[in-house]
Amino acid sequence: MGDILDILTTAAFWAAAIRIATPLIFGTLGELICERAGVLNLGIEGIMTAGALTGWLSVYLGADLATGVLLAALVGVVFGLLHGLFTVPLGLSQHVTGIGITLLATSLSYFVYRVVLPDTSSPPRIDAFPPVAAELGGIPVLGPLLFQQTALTWLALLAVIVVAYVLYRTPVGLAVRTVGENPAAAEAQGIDVTVVRIGAVMVGSALMAVGGAFLTMSAFNAFFFEMVNGRGWICIALVVFASWQPGKALLGALLFGAFDAYQVRLQQTVGSLVPYQLFLMLPYLLSILALVVMSRRAAYPKALMIPYRKGER
Amino acid sequence: MRLEQRERTPVALAVGAPVAAVALSLALAVLPLWAAGAPIGPAFVAMVKGALGSRFALSETLTRATPLILTGLAVVVAFRARLWNIGAEGQLYLGAMAAVLVGSGAVVLSPVVMIPLVLVAGAAAGALLMLVPTLLKTRLGVDEVVTTLLLNFVVLLFVQMMLEGPMQDPMSLGWPQSAPIIPEATLPPVLERTRVHAGLIVAIAAALVVWIMMERTVWGFEIRATGANPDAARFAGMRIGWIMVRVGLISGALAGLAGVSEVAGLKGYLTRDLSPGFGYSGIAVAMLAQLHPLGVLAAAFFVAAVFVGADSMSRALGVSSYIANLIVATALLTMLLAGLVTRYRIRWR
Repeated sequence: MGDILDILTTAAFWAAAIRIATPLIFGTLGELICERAGVLNLGIEGIMTAGALTGWLSVYLGADLATGVLLAALVGVVFGLLHGLFTVPLGLSQHVTGIGITLLATSLSYFVYRVVLPDTSSPPRIDAFPPVAAELGGIPVLGPLLFQQTALTWLALLAVIVVAYVLYRTPVGLAVRTVGENPAAAEAQGIDVTVVRIGAVMVGSALMAVGGAFLTMSAFNAFFFEMVNGRGWICIALVVFASWQPGKALLGALLFGAFDAYQVRLQQTVGSLVPYQLFLMLPYLLSILALVVMSRRAAYPKALMIPYRKGER
Repeated sequence: MRLEQRERTPVALAVGAPVAAVALSLALAVLPLWAAGAPIGPAFVAMVKGALGSRFALSETLTRATPLILTGLAVVVAFRARLWNIGAEGQLYLGAMAAVLVGSGAVVLSPVVMIPLVLVAGAAAGALLMLVPTLLKTRLGVDEVVTTLLLNFVVLLFVQMMLEGPMQDPMSLGWPQSAPIIPEATLPPVLERTRVHAGLIVAIAAALVVWIMMERTVWGFEIRATGANPDAARFAGMRIGWIMVRVGLISGALAGLAGVSEVAGLKGYLTRDLSPGFGYSGIAVAMLAQLHPLGVLAAAFFVAAVFVGADSMSRALGVSSYIANLIVATALLTMLLAGLVTRYRIRWR
């Protein structure tokens, strides 16, 4: 039993937790921005897949890592624009459009992958992001926790600060929050609801795509089918868990990462006694549990999922 | 740009818009074909031939359409009430698993009893699974989109665990597959020398029953009223929570039947890859059918034809069969636009 608890005190464990949390931080922040503006984005799972493919493919075809991340973000922006156009000016169902975007982005990614590599069974690896400062990795605690992580993890942590700052301290953030709470009032203030909402969805989708790119460029170093594996859906649960606040989103993603890292280690200790699939189920069940616990006091953005049409009530 | 609600939809538009949407999704497939370096004309010919060009091709398309009709109906019933059941995939697997539990030798009775038994078992399993997110929604206000989606992953892992554990066929030489469905519980073939099985009849019957229920019964009226305007429905004295539970049960049961049909009509035993995403494709089917139960028959046939045709084209020309998923996803989105122009007039100012 001591072993099981000792895991929690090792720096390697917490380093793994932060690593696992990274794509979730990006995805949760991205979804949070969309929802704060009043648009549910169920395209997240597919957009993460498209980001994962784009980042990997760019580097595989010779681009440098930073370009790969930018291209992934750009692909996210394009899918975000599509989702935004369908759901904001046209007011189409956010649920159905989002699922459609996920199906489209996923199948497009798989198709493109097969065009590039018609029949390989072992996906080629790329030279992925190295640790930000491997030479400082020996420093106790901080070494593994921060300096062994890659630039994308640092970018994720930076994104939390930037998103929180923009959302709460700038006119743009105020506009985003207002169109998500009370679009009519925003309109009265001279804010173009359509533009702000579409813009928020595009930015949010870019973050999701970078979260996907982390998987191929910083974690697995190759592209696999079904590699996003529900992370997008987990992010949607984390947004509720975080009460639509960037800081809590970080906390939620880290808790989730810690839990996931813990179940992996637990598998190694007591794995022979319990089927491994039970451990693999835990992250999904935990997400459902988090939703159940938090839903009671969930303070949804008031205009979430409600299309806004000028002059209509 | 302004959207004005139409008082009535011209017939030409009501028919023409969906047809145009489907045509557009097929036309857009030119881009990926071109990117893959495939000859466009021959590719389309191969797809049409592969899906419809012979008795065998047509029978394969019908076989593929069978589970899609059922998952499509599951989505239609749920979405009509705005219960966002995205969990048909998981419900399908749990239905298949229940069919295997009762239909692989646990009880051996005459087919007259066995076939209804596996159908009921699978429907019940799907319904019970969907009951969880439905009750979480109606009792605790938990968003069902995420719970149904996440449960898909849980169920798949559960199936995998059972197939590598208690439900593994001792004769399978270590493969994670279940014991076979016994002949008494097998859905019989309905067309000679093809794989079309009685599941198709179950699916068509289900479409008729759902249609009659939706259009001609109080239940159907309540479901439509709840979906159209829950507040008005509540004000009119309807018990929304109970209506939602009913919708969830029916929807889950239909998806569960899709699993029974696949395992007891086609595959014969349960594996981890029983469904290539029939649950998710069901959403596309339902939207292509504009949420009409009988439209599901045509939509499922179209989606099945795309998949079967693409498989055949893929074998002939070496283009990835993911093009089928791409066409279906595009059709889902273009169909949303078609639904918009039939309901609204777009004014440019």
